[in-house]
Amino acid sequence: MDFELTEDQEALAEGVASLCAGRFGIEAVRAMEESGLDRGRWRELADTGVFSLCLAEADGGVGLGWAEAAVVFEQLGRRLVPGPLVATTLAAGLIEGAADGSVVVATVERTSGSANVEHAVWADVIVISDDEGLWSVPAEELVGTDARQPLDPLTPVRRIPGLPKGVRIADADAADEWRLHGSFLVAALQLGVAIGATELAVAYAKEREQFGQPIGRFQAVKHRCADMITRVEVLRAAVYAAGATLDGNGVGAPERSVGVAKILASTAAAACGKDCVQVHGGMGYTWEVDAHLYLKRAWAHDLAFADGDELAEDLAAGLVS
Amino acid sequence: MDLRYTEEEEHFRDELRSWLSSTLPDVPPLPADHTDLVARRAYDTAWQARLHEAGYAGIHWPAEFGGRGSTPTEHLIFLEETERAGAPYVGVNFVGQLHAGPTLIAEATDEQRATHLAPILRGDHVWCQGFSEPGAGSDLASLATRAVDDGDDYVVTGQKIWTSFAQVADYCELLVRTDTEVPKHKGITWIIMPMDLPGIEIRPIETALGSGEFAEMFLDEVRIPKVNRVGDENDGWRVTNVTFSFERGTAFISEVISSQRLLADLARVAQKVTRRSGTAWDDMGIRRELGVLDAELDALWSLTKRNVSQAQRTGSVGPGGSVFKLAYADVRKRMADLAEQILGRAGLAIGDTLDLSDMDHVAERLYTLTLTIAAGTSEIQRNIVGERLLGLPRGDR
Ligand SMILES: Cc1cc2nc3c(=O)[nH]c(=O)nc-3n(C[C@H](O)[C@H](O)[C@H](O)COP(=O)(O)OP(=O)(O)OC[C@H]3O[C@@H](n4cnc5c(N)ncnc54)[C@H](O)[C@@H]3O)c2cc1C
Repeated sequence: MDFELTEDQEALAEGVASLCAGRFGIEAVRAMEESGLDRGRWRELADTGVFSLCLAEADGGVGLGWAEAAVVFEQLGRRLVPGPLVATTLAAGLIEGAADGSVVVATVERTSGSANVEHAVWADVIVISDDEGLWSVPAEELVGTDARQPLDPLTPVRRIPGLPKGVRIADADAADEWRLHGSFLVAALQLGVAIGATELAVAYAKEREQFGQPIGRFQAVKHRCADMITRVEVLRAAVYAAGATLDGNGVGAPERSVGVAKILASTAAAACGKDCVQVHGGMGYTWEVDAHLYLKRAWAHDLAFADGDELAEDLAAGLVS
Repeated sequence: MDLRYTEEEEHFRDELRSWLSSTLPDVPPLPADHTDLVARRAYDTAWQARLHEAGYAGIHWPAEFGGRGSTPTEHLIFLEETERAGAPYVGVNFVGQLHAGPTLIAEATDEQRATHLAPILRGDHVWCQGFSEPGAGSDLASLATRAVDDGDDYVVTGQKIWTSFAQVADYCELLVRTDTEVPKHKGITWIIMPMDLPGIEIRPIETALGSGEFAEMFLDEVRIPKVNRVGDENDGWRVTNVTFSFERGTAFISEVISSQRLLADLARVAQKVTRRSGTAWDDMGIRRELGVLDAELDALWSLTKRNVSQAQRTGSVGPGGSVFKLAYADVRKRMADLAEQILGRAGLAIGDTLDLSDMDHVAERLYTLTLTIAAGTSEIQRNIVGERLLGLPRGDR
């Protein structure tokens, strides 16, 4: 048993971290609030292999495992890299052009009635998942109204009166996998969001002075930060364990360990986002400081793929069966 | 990153399992009266002796000191399997096994090791921890129990408190002040105190659970030979931190497993507790909280494995132990709240849950109160995490 990252995994994480630091600095990211998705940068992600990471080499992918995907998506979340990262990654190998970044893929679970679809504004193709399988629709056929002000300024939303049926591209089993892997990758992004929010709060606590000293010296602030990193480390353990389990290097069922990660991710990321706002005081409620972006991203992610409440009920049922 | 166990590790697990399944049937049940510490000692040390006979004592101690010399992972497996099988817990042996013994291995003289390690492993000697004082709890380094130099002896006078199982202990890992003129951290000495010396008086303190497992210890001119000193005179704070690194490293591993059993039992209890209509289980809020807590315990087990892997590589858990303890205490306290909600009126008596369960969810609810206090309060753990892990500036103490 060895839970430490391998040297290769550490190198991968560092590589993605430095790509993000160079190309997805917060100014570049925030510029996309106005400009929309930066397709050039999206392609750079593709060139690094982000979208084809878990696609088999025989299918033109990088052929790495989900544990590797976890450390990569953690870095993307930490830098608030926008766009339908998860859907495009899941679509690699299924939809032509997803892997190489030329086609941007968004996804939504089928519901009746009107729906808000994330990333439809930026996407070329929308994949709709339901119990029968996966269905694809060209983005321009998803007619609706783009929200003037989405909750997360970097997660654009289109309101549509109803979802079209679409063209079936995969069966029910594939839809189950889509949901499982999607939940996992979102949990990894959430881990990154929680880390990013914690780093921002800790940096501010060291630098901001009140009463003649850095606020991080006050226990009320220090202990809040300690609680943030505690949530992060518990979530990190859950996400990495889920990655290893999906790769067949774990113990127990992948569905369970992914469910565990997704449940923890939804509470941890939002809680860290809120704490980050609080540590910043009035600045935390401004548009200028990034704290609200972490919180809003956490809230937006929380709705993607498997629902935490349903997962919790599944786990509870497991306790008595 | 590979969470599977190696062939040797699985082999170790299989052997242990078969030993447990052949041994546990004739282990007697726990003494009925949980306040009877003499019976408790007899029970816990008998189990320790059986572990010793079978070669499972001191699983993580080096072989040259009588241990099994197992890796941290095998130690993890040992704690997991013994807990899953419902084997007796380390109990009164926890100080000797989990931190005094390992401290002696790291810091003691050959002679001290030869005297003490084997009896700890056999279950012959029970140890207690004489660190806390009425005036020195979180601020442990301000301790005032005075050791006066007198030839070959120290003459020790002072008061200790919260000394778990002092009433039935043979030895005590004792912290004393050997120099009052220097800053508080620099005048402390770590010493082995035999509990049968003249001048030691022990008065049990009743816990909120109604049990008497900890005590006050009054020391009146207790003469302790200097050869019992571990480490140099006035170097005791460093030795104490060695003790803490063991105490915080492994103390709660098996509790994660026992908490999982407790939670599963709580879910079954929920199905049995009737309400005005239906059962507690029909309450969606209760089911969801059960599921969330199950998820959190699962994640804590993963975090435990991460900490163990880190210890395997670097030799210590570091502040990861504090992170774990903070999260674990929080989960257990929320479990206690949920138990209260589920049990309803069945929660009004300790040791009798109206035939809903063999487990004592009410006593467990009270026990969780200690998790944010003992072995360093949660406030102190947050200071450690904030300062050592996050690098926030050190505040006033
Ligand atoms: C079940 C149990 C078993 C124990 N067994 C033993 C044993 O065998 N041997 C032994 O030596 N000790 C033992 N202890 C003692 C334990 O280590 C102490 O209780 C603990 O360290 C706290 O010290 P205190 O009780 O003096 O509380 P205090 O230090 O007085 O703390 C009171 C409150 O103030 C807070 N506080 C104190 N300082 C700070 C600070 N700097 N910042 C923020 N908050 C602060 C604390 O967190 C706490 O909430 C045991 C305790 C329990 C509950």
